Amino acid sequence: MEPLEFMDISVVVNGTRITRRVAARQHLVDFLRDELGFTGSHLGCEHGVCGACTVRVNGEIVRGCLMLAVQADGAVVETIEGASDSGGLAELQREFHERNALQCGFCTPGMLFSAAELVARESPPTREEIRLHLSGNYCRCTGYQSIVDAVEAVCRGRSWEKAA
Amino acid sequence: MPRPQLGESGMKPDNGISVARGPADYIGEPLPRANAVRLLAGRGRYVDDIRPPRVVHAAFVRSPHAHARIVAIDTSAAAAAPGVVRVITGAEVARLCRPYVGVLAHIKGMQSAPQYPLATDRARWQGEPVAMVAAETRAQAEDAAQLVEIEWGELAPVTDPETALDAATPVIHPELGSNLCFERIVDSGGVDEAMARAFKVVEATFLTARHTAVTLEPRSVLADFNPADRQLTVWLSTQVPYMMQWIIARHFALPETRVRVIAPDVGGGFGLKIHTYGEDLTAVAAAILLGRPVKFVADRLESFASDFHARGHRVKARMAFSREGDILAVEVDDLYGIGPYSGYPRGSANEGIQVANLVAAPYKQRIYRGRSRAVFQNKPMYGQYRAVGHPIACLTGEGLVDLAADALGMDPAEFRLRNYIPADAYPYRLVSGLTFEKLSQHEALEKLLAMMDYRRLRAEQAEVRRRGIYRGIGLASFVENSNPSSATYGQGGASIASQEACTIKLAATGGITVAASVVEIGQGAEAMVAQIAATHMGVPIGEVKVVTGDTETTPYGGGNWGSRGTGIGGEAVLQAAKALRANILSFVARLIESEASLLEIRDGNVVQVESGVVRMSLEEVARTAYFQTERVPRDFQPELTVTRSYAQKTYAGVYTNGIQASYLELDPETGVVRLLKHWVVDDCGTIVNPLLVDEQIRGACVQGIGAALYEQCLYNADGQLMNGSLMDYLVPMAAEMPDIEVGHTSTPTATSELGAKGAGEAGTAGAAAAVMNALNDAMKPFGARLYTMPFTPERILRALGKTGER
Amino acid sequence: MKAPAFAYVRPRSLGETFELLDQYGEDAKILAGGQSLIAALNMRLSAPRVLVDINGIAELAGIRVAGDGVRIGVLTRHRALEHSPEIARYLPLIHQAMPHVAHAPIRNRGSFGGSIAFADPAAELPACSLALGAEFVIGSKSGERRVAARDFFKGLYETDLRPGELLLVGDFAAIGAGYRSAFQELARRHGDYALVGVAAHAKYEGGVYSDAALAFFGVGGAPVLAQSAAAAIAGRPFSDETVVAAQRVLEQDLPTHEDLHASAGTRRHLARVLLGRVLRQLVQQRS
Repeated sequence: MEPLEFMDISVVVNGTRITRRVAARQHLVDFLRDELGFTGSHLGCEHGVCGACTVRVNGEIVRGCLMLAVQADGAVVETIEGASDSGGLAELQREFHERNALQCGFCTPGMLFSAAELVARESPPTREEIRLHLSGNYCRCTGYQSIVDAVEAVCRGRSWEKAA
Repeated sequence: MPRPQLGESGMKPDNGISVARGPADYIGEPLPRANAVRLLAGRGRYVDDIRPPRVVHAAFVRSPHAHARIVAIDTSAAAAAPGVVRVITGAEVARLCRPYVGVLAHIKGMQSAPQYPLATDRARWQGEPVAMVAAETRAQAEDAAQLVEIEWGELAPVTDPETALDAATPVIHPELGSNLCFERIVDSGGVDEAMARAFKVVEATFLTARHTAVTLEPRSVLADFNPADRQLTVWLSTQVPYMMQWIIARHFALPETRVRVIAPDVGGGFGLKIHTYGEDLTAVAAAILLGRPVKFVADRLESFASDFHARGHRVKARMAFSREGDILAVEVDDLYGIGPYSGYPRGSANEGIQVANLVAAPYKQRIYRGRSRAVFQNKPMYGQYRAVGHPIACLTGEGLVDLAADALGMDPAEFRLRNYIPADAYPYRLVSGLTFEKLSQHEALEKLLAMMDYRRLRAEQAEVRRRGIYRGIGLASFVENSNPSSATYGQGGASIASQEACTIKLAATGGITVAASVVEIGQGAEAMVAQIAATHMGVPIGEVKVVTGDTETTPYGGGNWGSRGTGIGGEAVLQAAKALRANILSFVARLIESEASLLEIRDGNVVQVESGVVRMSLEEVARTAYFQTERVPRDFQPELTVTRSYAQKTYAGVYTNGIQASYLELDPETGVVRLLKHWVVDDCGTIVNPLLVDEQIRGACVQGIGAALYEQCLYNADGQLMNGSLMDYLVPMAAEMPDIEVGHTSTPTATSELGAKGAGEAGTAGAAAAVMNALNDAMKPFGARLYTMPFTPERILRALGKTGER
Repeated sequence: MKAPAFAYVRPRSLGETFELLDQYGEDAKILAGGQSLIAALNMRLSAPRVLVDINGIAELAGIRVAGDGVRIGVLTRHRALEHSPEIARYLPLIHQAMPHVAHAPIRNRGSFGGSIAFADPAAELPACSLALGAEFVIGSKSGERRVAARDFFKGLYETDLRPGELLLVGDFAAIGAGYRSAFQELARRHGDYALVGVAAHAKYEGGVYSDAALAFFGVGGAPVLAQSAAAAIAGRPFSDETVVAAQRVLEQDLPTHEDLHASAGTRRHLARVLLGRVLRQLVQQRS
């Protein structure tokens, strides 16, 4: 068991298996952006606070800046590009779009992933619960209200579907 | 909240707006932005997403000291580190780049010293860049940066604005003679007399903290110099491509025609990205030296230490009023600390100038004395940030107004209504020399009171107070500059455009391409342009392509600052669209032997006005003009690409007005403030897209709320930043923010056909004042008042006497 | 910033882990959830030579209820604690604390053991462990040892862990009959580190408090059990007088601590306020 500065990893990213040699110190988002060209995940702080780097690993949202690429070995990673192309975020994207729940767009990929986790829950959240859940994603442009409106609208739509 | 709809007639929100005339009317439509779709899919293209071949990455060595001589720099170990391509120091950059001085000639007495992109002999703020390492990867550049050895000779830092002008305080630039950057005085005369004979005088000292914009996308630059044709291309996360083009060309002695600046997607601006940064110029220098693209992306830690800061004012103010409640006189004394240099090219004076100009500006007080002084500090550079000076002027004036109302036992809304500039007094010239074209203050206040159901809220406040719950209601009237003329910068010699322009060309298949000089930074500039162009050209909005942000492909203009994009940029679009429409109609009239006045463009077709019969599609028009010139009369040449420009020249700025209210609950045990609700009524004249405007206002309010409750750059006496990370510099997050209800009054400006005034900064201008007044209203039962921001639990508890400390 | 260079290794077993820790000693850091460590690396506040990633050792994760005890493995994710019915039932104090721990994406990776070993003075789980009288099992190449929580947290980011050692589990006693728990935290924004907080566990039976453990955090270094305050409420019912009596002596229990966010006086005051609230919250819980 020899500690190494460089390692081979095999990871499924957006549905495709990727094999690469990576530096141990490179975090997951730098790997996704710099090695694989998935620039939809953004870096706003690299200390885990702003949420711009939020991606999905093995189905869970994580801070991509607080995970090493080597830790993603054997994992399934989904970035905004993959999640968008698959259509899984379509309702949220549509509501965000119609309500102008984004301006510069830098926080948006992370915000969508965080919102998607909330929307997937069984019971529809209250506005306050939406705000609490999204409080790990910094947005400087919107003031958050339109984002909360958009998430609320999607949750409402879903619960009607469930009730029907 | 109802979902916005667009149908044949469109659902226009009830905002009392009169829509501009146009055959297909998108003005006032809450349309979703076409250019937001790719951002939602994660397919935006910010500077760091652009990866040209052979790019090198820059990291900066920064001064750990607020003030120190650079005795020696040894870069040998760094230069030999793995992956390093070059290490550059200040001396080398100084050979390539002329220094710059951030003064405006029309601000009397303003002074500053020449500044270089990298510190040369001395570092003058903690975080000032001193050397740059260019390496194959950013990580390697940072590794090597740690190997740069610098011998420092520490000097006493100047960190307290209050003592900056004392004889005992070192002068940062001895050749300037003092640490005073500038002083502005406005004096109508008669202030002392008015104060002496007034019924009462209220006074307070208002303190705001230094702020930083915290754009989520940090400052980013990618400079690419092609040594073969000596063409420089700079991708820059900027609000002002043309300004940067001029600066780079001038300071690197490059022909302007060889410098191209491109703003791709920009992740937030708020005024941060309109300044000249040493890192950007050093990246350009490195690109020239290396003949390879050089990229620099500031990380969050260095952003805190080296982004331009703002606010940080101390305002002593007093207001005299009569027994009946009329404001008789106002006096303010403003002091703030900037960086060791005035910012370039806009200067660091504007915040103070607006404070001196605009305290109590909504009111008809004519006896006024205002002074503002900016002093140099060994702290980060300082400059314009959203709402520039207005937040401070507003909280000062509105804080005094509430004090006066309280002293008289008068309702604060009533006091304001009584003292507003009369509705028939416009245009109204202030003591400071500024002129207000026309405001709608009475109407806005009435609308606000109705929106918030003021009487019921006051009753609710009283009722819960009996149960030991302390809620406060605060109002804040504000004015906000927009559509500025050259009075701000151009007249002072700065090469910053006060005009905007727009080129529209008819495409071969009948759509239009609109190249505009405005810059998209997320606020919706491109949507605004498309809606205006489509309306005044008569084409469906889906046929409009907008191009912005590139000095090579757009006409000249000033870009995004000072709430001018819609008012000035939009007007240029309107005029260009009208001109192209006129050209098309006169062309078609000629072709079919009719009169242009009998024709119109609707839905992409030239039609008879009366019957609506289609005479030619725009595609046919284009094909005839471009391909089938044999069908065009010999003596006629159709011009289907048109450029128009516009500048606002009537006033120094077209001021807008608005009013905000905050309703909050204070926990007097913990000092924690819970914001229950916030309201804004804003008058920005014609609104092109209310969906965009309202979200701009909300976002701007939240920045003002951040100022009131959370944000502060904390320095120790040595000028070291103590809280330079997102863990310790607290920005507003979703859980603590209230819902913000936005309404409008509308007074279109007569200075343009569009009639639009700016709205982007209005929220920030008044939000902090509204929260401050609400907090003080909540604390009234305790006899406590607070005017030092941010209102942290600690400050509140101290004001309430809970902590046993003064 | 980008993390400095380091070597990385992912042991497959505890045995391998102990070998590596023994070999590299102070040059090695353990990577569990990484939510604190990688942030520190990204800020170049830490420059270990070797990172030992224990995330592959499945036996280190898990919540096991056995008899009167609940055993939490070091790698148990915050999210698992948050949603665990066993934790809600047997260790309600931890259940009450979990929503205050950062935000969902951080809770998905962050680990129980990481929180304990990192011992941030404003963190929730160390205080809960202290209040619940947990015992930690620590392993190394030379064997295992048990340390009570009150002996484990020594100061600012300082624990009883020595080089070469790995925290393995936390052993807790399931909440007993007549006992209640309550949790109060004051933070500037939801999910922030606490300005000050208290994790409380006490018996309230026959209308009086007894055996109260009031663990304050955010007070400077290690979390602190407020012994004088606990003594002041022992045998007394919840009432304004009881609360005041406890608040009056609280100052003796807590160190003086001042930082960027609050002065010593402010913290003292806030601690008193939270004490009152947690005492009320305790009696509002059903046991």
